[in-house]
Parts: sequence; structure tokens; C-alpha cells
Amino acid sequence: MIHPPHTIPSPSGTAPAATAPDALDDIRTRLEADLDGAARAWLHQALQEAAGDDGADRPIPVWELRLAEAGRRVGSDHADAARVLILHAARAGTDALTRVYRHGTADERRAVLHALPHLVTGPDALPLVEDALRTNDTRLLAAAVGPYAARHLPAHAWRHAVLKCLFTGVPVDTVAGLERRAAGDAELARMLGDYAAERTAAGRGVPDGLQRVLALATATPPHGTDRAHGTRPHGKEA
Amino acid sequence: MRIFDPHIHMTSRTTDDYEAMYAAGVRALVEPAFWLGQPRTSPASFYDYFDSLLGWEPFRAAQYGIAHHCTLALNPKEANDPRCRPVLDELPRYLVKDRVVAVGEIGYDAMTPAEDTALAAQLQLAADHGLPALVHTPHRDKLAGLRRTLDVVRESALPEDRVLVDHLNETTVKEAKDSGCWLGFSVYPDTKMDEARMVALLRVYGPERVLVNSAADWGRSDPLKTRKVADLMLAEGFDEDTVDLVLWRNPVAFYGLSGRLDLNVTPPGGTHEGNSVLRGGE
Repeated sequence: MIHPPHTIPSPSGTAPAATAPDALDDIRTRLEADLDGAARAWLHQALQEAAGDDGADRPIPVWELRLAEAGRRVGSDHADAARVLILHAARAGTDALTRVYRHGTADERRAVLHALPHLVTGPDALPLVEDALRTNDTRLLAAAVGPYAARHLPAHAWRHAVLKCLFTGVPVDTVAGLERRAAGDAELARMLGDYAAERTAAGRGVPDGLQRVLALATATPPHGTDRAHGTRPHGKEA
Repeated sequence: MRIFDPHIHMTSRTTDDYEAMYAAGVRALVEPAFWLGQPRTSPASFYDYFDSLLGWEPFRAAQYGIAHHCTLALNPKEANDPRCRPVLDELPRYLVKDRVVAVGEIGYDAMTPAEDTALAAQLQLAADHGLPALVHTPHRDKLAGLRRTLDVVRESALPEDRVLVDHLNETTVKEAKDSGCWLGFSVYPDTKMDEARMVALLRVYGPERVLVNSAADWGRSDPLKTRKVADLMLAEGFDEDTVDLVLWRNPVAFYGLSGRLDLNVTPPGGTHEGNSVLRGGE
């Protein structure tokens, strides 16, 4: 175990919401309202380039350069949103997303994870989510448990993702589709119970979100509720 | 007191060091890519290392309230190994990244033709990417190494005022200062500079364009040497403004040449953009 983080070092305030992805139009509207003139002009140019870029005759496509420099152009608070929009404008599919994830900084990887529900319909991009879930970077973990994981992550991996959030201090409200996927999950309930017992045996407290997920997992599964209505991450447990 | 350590290899340090550095006033640092003690045998090892300097290490630093940036390069020692040289071709895709604030550490180790080539090529890469360069001076045959380094810098597309020559000492400081480069000093427990000699050099050569670093790594070194120099400067009569110039404003000015410094860190225990504090698990 690593030393638990004090904070999520990087914000995801402009990132897609926790359960259902925000409409890209909404992300763009919010982002543009927050940017100053120079940053907005850069964004417009970057999106235009991404939309028109055929990648021909260049070692690195222009939109990938824009993706890399987004933090210093729009500021780190807005970089997630700008990068999601650039990825969308470039119509990045699983292959391109995999390439920029593998070549990306932690910030770029987080943006790719946030973009998945907007850009990939099937489970092809799951290896990226699984890669992020192997890290101990809470910023990546929080981005990995978004709507794409809620839709596609197999049960075993999803349960471990929830447990890892509790271990590393990522608020469980960050987990997209928590209510729907946890409901009546007896195996998840067992894992949470064992974890609580291990903490208690060591004389340590139980993470705040654990009881909430345990209550969901031990409840009778709701019938016909396909998609839970989640909230944006607000970290109320802290 | 606010401290910017402009050269420290945090990959080799523990979280105890991060805690102690924060307590001593360190709020920002630059981690130059260098060799790891054990020679690498393939380019992929470098890419994993670069990814770490752009991913895991900034995350670790932020947990302790410290802004982390890096410089990337093929170091001179491993530039001599033909198996590692393909790294030079792959550097451009890394040099565009946020938080890469210079090309470095480059320079000489044993002053070989392969090192000549790597140094010149990477000074050109710095110029091409709008980045300054962190050039270390060799541990052996240092004065001759400095002169050869300055010759290569003069022949490069990178102006001297975008070059930081590091690991300077009494024998190399004057020629380095006359060149117009920024001046870096590494303060170590046994080798390189120590606190008292550092303060003496500051008295003679002044604080302008001087950066003091701990260069702490996996060897015998001390990540708090920056603070110890600052304390001795104050004890020896330098005022707080001069200490701030050397330990904060000079590194900010030099690495700020990249346009990529971002000194905002979410303070430990604080909230930011609706993301509340994550609880500790203990």
C-alpha cells in the first residue's frame, strides 16, 4: 500500500460527470465560459485543426501535439475538458485513443479515460481502463471508474475497482453507475465485509464510503432500473 | 521561506524526503532525467522512466504539496551505448509535453565523440521546442569539460541565456559566468559544493543567475541542502530578498523560459474545484 493521498492533486471539475457522460456541447459551453480570450482562441484553433487533420506526412499528427500542450494553453483546471473536446473533434477511435494513452502523460491518459464514453461504443477500449486501474494514481483511478467502466467492465474487475477506490481514498461517489452495479451483488458484499473485518482487526477505521456500498450490495436488486441517477463527484465523505 | 530545488532526482527518494522537504519550505522542484546507477540496455527502459517523470512522480510530489516538473534527455553516459541511442529519435514526442521545462541533463561524461553528437543534437532539440537546456559539467576533468561544453553551446542554435550549466565549483564558476549562461551549483555532503563554500562563492560572484540545488539521488546526498544553504546565507548576512532570489526567483525565471511552469499545487487538506480531501486510509 502506498501512503494514502491527502487530496486528489488534479481537479476534474470540468470533466464529464460521474454516471452519465455530460453532453459534449455542455462541456464546451462551460469550458468556453471559463477561458480567457487567448485560451479560447487556442481552443478554437485546436478543434479546427483536429477536425481537419488527416495525419498525412507528419510524424506526429497536429491534434496529438495540441492534446499534449493543452495544460499550458488553457490551464490545468481546464485541460481535461479541452482534451476531451480535441479527442472528439479528431474522431479518435480505439486505435488512436490507445496510441495517445500509451504515449501520454498522466494528465493526457486521464483525458482519454474521460473521453471513452463519448467515443467508443463497444468494449474494445477496456485495456486502457484496466491499465489505469493497475496504477495507484488516484487521478487515473477516478477517471477509470467512469461511465465507460460502468457499461463494460466485467464483474470481477469492477468489484476490485470499487475496493481499490476504498483502499486509495477515491470517493465512491466517483464510481459511475454505483447504485445499479452494486445492487444485490453478494460477492461485492462479501469482499466489503472482509475488508471491514480486516480494518477492524487492525484497530483501524473503516473507509466512509464502505458502509454505503455495502448497503447497496446487500439490498434486493431493483427490478428494471437500468441506469442509476448519480451525482457529480462532490466528495461528501471527506 | 519558499524554496525551489532546480535539480533533484526524486525517483530515488522516499516519501519521508517529500515530507521533510515540504517542512523545510520546498514548494517546487525540477527532476532532470539522468542515469539510474544501473545502466539501461534498451530504449524502452527510458520511455518507462520518462513516463514516470510525467506521471507517477508529479502525483507523488503533489500529495506532499510540491509542484513537480522535469527535464528530459538522453544522458551523456548512456549516449555512449549504441543500444540506447534510438532514444534521441523518440525525444521529440516527449519534449512537447506539459511540465517538461528543459532538455536535460545533457553534457559530457567522458568527453567522447558519441557525447559530442548527443550534446549538439539535444541543444538543437531544445531550440526546436522552445525549451532551455540543463547542461551538467563532467565530474572528471571538469574545467576542460566546461570549456568544451561552452564551445558546443556557442556553436548551437540555443543562446547562452537559455542554458544552465550545472555542478559548477570554484574552478569553473568564472568562465561559466563570463559565458552568459545561468550558473548551477550542487551542494552535497562529501563531493561537489558544500554550504560554506557556496555562500563564499555567492559573496564573490553575486546572486544573479545563480541556482542552488541538492542534486539528491540514490547516492550519498541530502534533499535538504537547499534549505541549509539558505539558512547559512541568512546567518552570514545575506538578506531574505537575496535568499528568495537564489532559492526561488532564479529557478522560476530560468525554467519559466519554457512557458510551462505551473506552480499551483492543491494544498494538502484543501479542496479544489469541488474535489474534497481524500481521507487517509489509516
